[in-house]
Amino acid sequence: MSSNTASPALIASNGDSLREAFGKSLSSLADEFPKLVVLDADIAGGTGVHHFRKSHPERFVQFGIAEQNMMAAAGGMAAVGLMPVVTTFAVFCLRAIEQARLSLCYARRNAKIVASHPGLDVGPDGGSAQALEDLAAFRAIPGMTVISPADAIEMAQATRAILEFDGPVYMRTGRSPSVRLFGADHKFEIGKGQILRDGHDLTIIACGAEVARALDAADALKEDGISARVVNMPTIKPIDMDLIARCARETGAIVTAEDHNIHGGLGGAVAESLAATVPCPVEFVGVKDVFGASGEPEELAYAFEIAAPFIVAAARKVLKRKK
Amino acid sequence: MNIQVKPTPANDTGTAQKIEQQLAEAARFVRMHSIASIYHAGSGHPGGAMSSADLLACLYGAEMNVWPRGIDDPMRDRFVLSKGHAAPALYAVGAYYGFCSPKESLKLRKLNSPFQGHPHVLDLPWVETSTGSLGQGFSVAIGMALGLKIQNNPARVYTMLGDGELQEGEVWEAAMSGAHHKLDTLTAVIDYNKLQSDNTNDAIMRLEPLGDKWRAFGWDVQEIDGHDIAAILAAFRHAGTTSLPSVIIAHTVKGKGVPYMENIPAWHGSVKFTRLQAEEALAALNASADEIKEFLDV
Ligand SMILES: Cc1ncc(C[n+]2csc(CCOP(=O)(O)OP(=O)(O)O)c2C)c(N)n1
Ligand SMILES: [Mg+2]
Repeated sequence: MSSNTASPALIASNGDSLREAFGKSLSSLADEFPKLVVLDADIAGGTGVHHFRKSHPERFVQFGIAEQNMMAAAGGMAAVGLMPVVTTFAVFCLRAIEQARLSLCYARRNAKIVASHPGLDVGPDGGSAQALEDLAAFRAIPGMTVISPADAIEMAQATRAILEFDGPVYMRTGRSPSVRLFGADHKFEIGKGQILRDGHDLTIIACGAEVARALDAADALKEDGISARVVNMPTIKPIDMDLIARCARETGAIVTAEDHNIHGGLGGAVAESLAATVPCPVEFVGVKDVFGASGEPEELAYAFEIAAPFIVAAARKVLKRKK
Repeated sequence: MNIQVKPTPANDTGTAQKIEQQLAEAARFVRMHSIASIYHAGSGHPGGAMSSADLLACLYGAEMNVWPRGIDDPMRDRFVLSKGHAAPALYAVGAYYGFCSPKESLKLRKLNSPFQGHPHVLDLPWVETSTGSLGQGFSVAIGMALGLKIQNNPARVYTMLGDGELQEGEVWEAAMSGAHHKLDTLTAVIDYNKLQSDNTNDAIMRLEPLGDKWRAFGWDVQEIDGHDIAAILAAFRHAGTTSLPSVIIAHTVKGKGVPYMENIPAWHGSVKFTRLQAEEALAALNASADEIKEFLDV
């Protein structure tokens, strides 16, 4: 038997996924950021940082399957001058959120948490593995910046941006192949959203995997003569309040779309922002306060009603509420 | 309040006996100051402050290479109080050796005071990190030792844990990682006072055989009397020579030095001293009438 037939086919990070873009970006940025160290809890192949392990083994630190210790130890490493990037799945970040709160945010450490496998995008591993609460939970910690890029180009730019930024950050990557949305001319900036397509009847504000679906929804609406603006909102905290207020003023209705519980994530952040600036009708596309399940991400997007047709339906609904 | 200049290797010419006397006096101050600050605060955790006083005095007064003026020095030794609820004792030892004001640090747990109920590094940089959630400080110390090692910095890292704190799973994650990453510059001290919040360790969740657990996790283990200054200093000396991460299991008495408090679980925390109790405690610590006034009438 050849060694080839004896080894299993590994479904590791590869292709055009956000985790892959993140892992490769980290490796290519390592020489520019000499204090950067990457922390792993036995899932480097899944988070994309196997690239970094290969390129910079001396700056790759293995913590074993012990996320709480890894998270707080990152605080200690930052305290002595390193810039640790903690990597694990989004759902296991929740396990160590109290460590992130006290030892990273309360102590204001320059440490980053980068979480792969967010939301329904996890797919077949099922409900136990699909973090639909992370944006809400990490957003509630004072001093935490929360980011969810939409494609591989934006991921690469966001990776550089969080390393240049001084302070704790929680960033989502993604497991599944992602749709290419941006060219090299894209400009990611922490705290800023961008209008990807202009429109005047309503605005769809999305992050992560939902941005591509929002664009599909806008196409479908256009066929019915509805002009939908699409905003990519990669920074959930601090949210771009100016842009949100402008969209409310100019289009008068908002739909938010995220691969996350409808409570407390992007939709919550947008609604809070609108309540304080230019109140207008809002519809929320997201997972409706239930847990996920096994299936392929596209199947799940339909089953849990976050696919493009559901954004279209939310748009029609919000237009009816618009005065 | 008599504040000491911490002996440096240059001016430290005393005999071993004299050094031990000085450290015992520092520990007495830590106990008195802790009683006083908790009295003024109207709440706090006295029992575990009393049990840790001798260990803290030896760390700050002798073992660690850290001085108030060198608190930004990257080469300084670091201490993390993982059992953060013993903050009054940390503030007291800091006050004794010039890291903070002895008078200001009596304003414990008050609005706008940097001396919060648990240490906060943004308020007081010399406390090194923020603690209070048991288990985390030990991991932070692991990260510090690992981070210093990665940067070829020979500074040592010390941390103190409570015995009840050892029930946190994170402690054993951290213990495993300390041995795996060969953190020979790390010394963990366990304030083994046999009591935790509600009751004895034995009643809440048994820890023994404790030394065997740490040995099995790959640590160099010493068991000492945590109130014997000579034994504490000797244990630190040995810890500096082993190639393993080091744990010092220091057998202590919760409430040590205040007879009515010793070994009584109720004196762990959430206590409010009456004036009489505070005076009696200070008297038991051989405070003079003047000292009692100085500590309690501010
Ligand atoms: C994670 C966590 N759980 C619970 C508490 C509440 N708490 C504060 S002190 C304490 C008992 C600690 O006992 P021990 O570690 O033995 O400390 P000591 O006896 O030295 O005071 C508890 C349960 C806490 N601070 N952190
Ligand atoms: Mg105890």
